[in-house]
Amino acid sequence: MSSHFGKISRREFLGTATVVAATVISGAPSAHATPDAVAAEVKKLFGDKKILEGKIKLDLPTIAENGLVVPLGFDVESPMTDKDFVKAIHVFAEGNPNPQIASFRFTTMSPKAAGAVRIRLAQTQNIVAFAEMANGDVYTAKKEVKVTIGGCGG
Amino acid sequence: MADTPKPTPRIRMPATAKAGEVIEVKTLISHEMESGQRKDAAGQVIPRKIIKQFTVAFNGREVMAADWAPAISANPYQSFFVRVPETGTFEFTWLDDDGSVYKAEHKVTVG
Repeated sequence: MSSHFGKISRREFLGTATVVAATVISGAPSAHATPDAVAAEVKKLFGDKKILEGKIKLDLPTIAENGLVVPLGFDVESPMTDKDFVKAIHVFAEGNPNPQIASFRFTTMSPKAAGAVRIRLAQTQNIVAFAEMANGDVYTAKKEVKVTIGGCGG
Repeated sequence: MADTPKPTPRIRMPATAKAGEVIEVKTLISHEMESGQRKDAAGQVIPRKIIKQFTVAFNGREVMAADWAPAISANPYQSFFVRVPETGTFEFTWLDDDGSVYKAEHKVTVG
């Protein structure tokens, strides 16, 4: 008897799980951030300041098979002296539910403004980074990552 | 999923260094980093619970800090570089959404 009940509840459970999964997948695209959402965040940080290209090296895979764990490395060209150093690096996603990924703040205790984290990507999208220099200059770089299996929601 | 073990930090960096030497520090902490995007079997949104901030200090002086969004993977890994000026202790702090603070220390001898 107990095994019979067990079978039914398992089947019911799987049925529910399928419905939930389908809802999540169909509901997903509208909930994603867009390049505009990233632009709005950038405006909050830097206003209408002119943003320069270069100085930032983003180390991301061209194709990420698993969007749940995508290695992200960054390295910003700077001598990291008391007068000339990288104050912060902000990283954004153009196609995740939220545009923010992370912000890193540095001091002159760091010999270079570099490091790595692992991130979640919901779909194929651009990753955009901004580096804030001690003299107020802002640099940007962008890289596209193709995602085979999304890493959010589902 | 409700009962998760207490996050365990792991630090990988040398115990000795030359003055001014550039050292790579690798950190990892076990944490589910619940994004607030997922739904449970009943269709209810699982509330967000992530580590939102990671900070590093050396002998009480700030070295670097990171603000993390839900886009950071579970069991967050962070690496960065430091220059060790003198013998001292690195203090690593992770701040959870629920206010919990997880800490680790690592002593480096400059010789």
